[in-house]
Amino acid sequence: MSIANLIVLVIQGMLIQNVILTLFLGICPFMGVSKKSQSAIGMGLAVIFVMVLSSTITFAINDLILEPRELGYLQTIVFILVISGVVQFVEMFVKKTAPYIYKMLGIYLPLITTNCAILGLALIIVKPELEYGYAEMLAYTIGTALGFTLVIYIFSTIRERLENANVPKAFKGAPIALITAGIMSIIFIGFAGLV
Amino acid sequence: MNKKQNFLKGIFTENPVFILLLGLCPVLGVTSTLFGALGMGVAFTSVLLLSNIIISLIKNLIPNEIRIPSYIVVIATLVTIVQLVMQGYLPELYDQLGIFIPLIVVNCIILGRAEAFASKNNVIDSTIDALGMGAGYTIAIALLAFFRELLGSGTLTIFIYGDINIKFNLIPDGASFEPITILVAAPGAFITLGLLLGVINAIKMKREEKNKSKATANS
Repeated sequence: MSIANLIVLVIQGMLIQNVILTLFLGICPFMGVSKKSQSAIGMGLAVIFVMVLSSTITFAINDLILEPRELGYLQTIVFILVISGVVQFVEMFVKKTAPYIYKMLGIYLPLITTNCAILGLALIIVKPELEYGYAEMLAYTIGTALGFTLVIYIFSTIRERLENANVPKAFKGAPIALITAGIMSIIFIGFAGLV
Repeated sequence: MNKKQNFLKGIFTENPVFILLLGLCPVLGVTSTLFGALGMGVAFTSVLLLSNIIISLIKNLIPNEIRIPSYIVVIATLVTIVQLVMQGYLPELYDQLGIFIPLIVVNCIILGRAEAFASKNNVIDSTIDALGMGAGYTIAIALLAFFRELLGSGTLTIFIYGDINIKFNLIPDGASFEPITILVAAPGAFITLGLLLGVINAIKMKREEKNKSKATANS
């Protein structure tokens, strides 16, 4: 596995198979926490942190415990428990060691348990047909997490401007935000031929 | 609240998709065909129904501090059951829904109903609540899928199982209708849902205006 391949996987996770705009995962925080760019960055950083940690742990559990014992059907239950445990642990750890970061991310961490991007990615990377090893898994996860943060930040800056735009009354708020996301998604289709 | 209102609130006033805007990932992800949307609706409703029944039955046994993790374990177990049943008996649907079946676990609506309704009400009311919410959810995603598939590929797929393939092709042979392919692709999901929400808002506002003018006319 060469470095170039890993970089390709990062770009693939970030732009080509963007977790929000192409795979439709993590729409709830995408719509809910994107009204201000400050909170979008907070959510993005929290997702990077938790996603990389929980994907690594779930991948290892699947590789070392579930697969050798043919317990693949337990993936959903095991992964969701691991993710909620990791989120709880990260919250306590950050609160104790880095109060400054906790202040910034604190309110977003509990929301991440029900962020389907985290569980979705954990389930995608263990798919047998992908044949990911640990390095590829990590590269793809980092790419996906960066892609989430990038898109939610761009979207939040657009939404800040949309506040003042002259939108028909019925389309104010969620409808126009969804249409904006659709246009962003069209742009991301353009990345398809990148690799 | 009587039983009829309890059922209807899931479809109209508290529709999980159009009003509460919850659990949008599968709403966008599986609605490129009507078949996927109906299948998702049935899977979602069965998980919600069973989880509401089980949680309203065991609500007094669960200590308050660990109720959320307990609910998640109950829901994850039910989702795994639905997933295995679907994989065994409806493989075509299973392939089409893909990752969105296990992701029912983190669907905010199911955990939300467990926390907000089933943990406070008896079994019968929780059952009716689940049926209403499930119906509201299914109607919403079927509506979205109807527009996306009809305009995006000119067909309506109702059911696929083995050799049985109920699919209506609505473009007559030789007609020069070019379907709007973008609607079945990823961007179309966002745009169609945005337009639908806008239309629903417009209808709601018109109705409110009518009620207001009626009220002023009466006074």
